[in-house]
Amino acid sequence: MGYRKVAIVGAGMTKFVRRAQETGKELSWQAAKMALDSCELTLDQVDCVTLGTAPDAFDGVHMKGEYLADGAGAWRKPYMRHYVGGGTGVFSPIHGWFHIASGMADIVLVVAEEKMSSCHPHPQGAFITIFDHTTEQPLKPNLIWIFALEMNRYMQTYGLSKKDIALVSVKNKKNAIDHPAAQVAEEITVDDVLNSETLAWPVNRLDISPASDGAAAIVLVSERVARRLTDKPVWIDGVGFSIDTAYWATRDLSYPNYVETAARMAYDMAGITEPSKQIHVAEPYDPFDYKELHHMEGLMLCPRGKAAQLTADGVTQRDGNMPICPSGGALGVGNPIAATGLMKVIEIFLQLRGDAGKRQVPGNPTCGLAQAWGDLMQMGTVVVMRS
Amino acid sequence: MKLEDYELRGTALRSSDIKKGKVLSTSWEPDLKYAWDNGVAIGRYLAELKAGQIIGRACHKCRRIMIPPRMFCELCFRPTDEWIPLEDTGTVNTFSIVHVNWDASRRKKGEPPLIPAVIEIDGASKGMGIMHMLSEVDPKDVKIGMKVKAVWKSEEEREGAITDILYFKPARAKAGKRRKQ
Ligand SMILES: [Zn+2]
Repeated sequence: MGYRKVAIVGAGMTKFVRRAQETGKELSWQAAKMALDSCELTLDQVDCVTLGTAPDAFDGVHMKGEYLADGAGAWRKPYMRHYVGGGTGVFSPIHGWFHIASGMADIVLVVAEEKMSSCHPHPQGAFITIFDHTTEQPLKPNLIWIFALEMNRYMQTYGLSKKDIALVSVKNKKNAIDHPAAQVAEEITVDDVLNSETLAWPVNRLDISPASDGAAAIVLVSERVARRLTDKPVWIDGVGFSIDTAYWATRDLSYPNYVETAARMAYDMAGITEPSKQIHVAEPYDPFDYKELHHMEGLMLCPRGKAAQLTADGVTQRDGNMPICPSGGALGVGNPIAATGLMKVIEIFLQLRGDAGKRQVPGNPTCGLAQAWGDLMQMGTVVVMRS
Repeated sequence: MKLEDYELRGTALRSSDIKKGKVLSTSWEPDLKYAWDNGVAIGRYLAELKAGQIIGRACHKCRRIMIPPRMFCELCFRPTDEWIPLEDTGTVNTFSIVHVNWDASRRKKGEPPLIPAVIEIDGASKGMGIMHMLSEVDPKDVKIGMKVKAVWKSEEEREGAITDILYFKPARAKAGKRRKQ
């Protein structure tokens, strides 16, 4: 289609923690420096920098892109910030991909940062401005409500129970025990999830990922540079992104159409015709446990309403036929929003290189995907990667 | 490369680290105030709410009757055509039973849980819902598919806001449909 091939050759990240001593700039620097070191590049070799970070309201800083630019290594370079809510972290590699696929750059440093702890006493206070200021904010909604509403509709449509969905949280928190950046890795049971505080039925505390601080970074390069730097490049073979209506109460809440649209775009580009067979390992966005299931269905990795059964059957475990969130996901590793999406891209990068250590899924996977979702539950971002 | 080969950075703080002054932080309470103009479509929507009426807007091309109303159809990308008065009744599309307030603080002891819902408004196209609250119902009795009716503020109290509807409550079956005793 006239695109140049784009490879991921390096990656870096910080630990994900509830509140970091480091500023957002310092976290960005730590992740970016590690990513460059991992592929033995220096900043002067980088042609341009892109940065993903979610709402300015978290930080109370106007124009976070400009604020974080030095930490991301951007000063005196072409630089752009992107932001599509929770979908940001998987839009990050897409934004970097444009610059190389178009022929404009050969080496791009892609950084994703989030510091949610600055907003007191809880970032939920900033989230209220997501809702329409005239028709919704006067009802004083909390962002968790909208997920509770969606989860309830999803459960009702397919006859699912809270138990079916809690299995996702149990799996991901356990997977995260093997992730060196993890914030809330633990071995828990379905009963622990069901007995945790009910925040907004059907959502309990352990159905939700935590608020986090953290950063992640990758290095993208053109084919010519990739061949010189590594014998294990991972190619970005498909990218997709799509936004649905912000009149969220008029959408079919049981199915994420915006994820399907984004996935179809990425699959077409990557030549994926049977996702459930051709995708060997996937990292869908899991800020809530039901969202992993919702997203598996939107990604067409299984028929609608069937993701819970696959989870119960162990198919989505690391050693199952379709490993889902082997990293531990947002539920286990933590959820510094933009950084989470890029953490998922990094996990697929490592899995496809056979470099995921204890988290490695068996069977030498050669094709994987990462997906995120955000804004007012209407933005889908998808990247398909091959070794 | 393996993540395990690197010492990942990022220093976790505890609240006690800040309280005890082990690390210093700077805080700020912004004083931000906004006044949002309601625009053409939502302006009329709110004026009608003040009059005790829910109103939608129709696009004659895709034949949708939309709520909240809008002056342009975002799908056909053309002006919408007509104001359509809607019922103040509807169907619960989904709901939640809520123990957290907007700022993540918890409902106080003795305060009943809130019941936000997506309500598909009668007279609008199928699936056209708005978020509002349910009340005058035991949380245990709320069901998806339940018929509900708006409970309005009194005429003097209404000010042209979504909160002119206090909440929706279960709708009684219409008189004609009642079984004979
Ligand atoms: Zn139309």
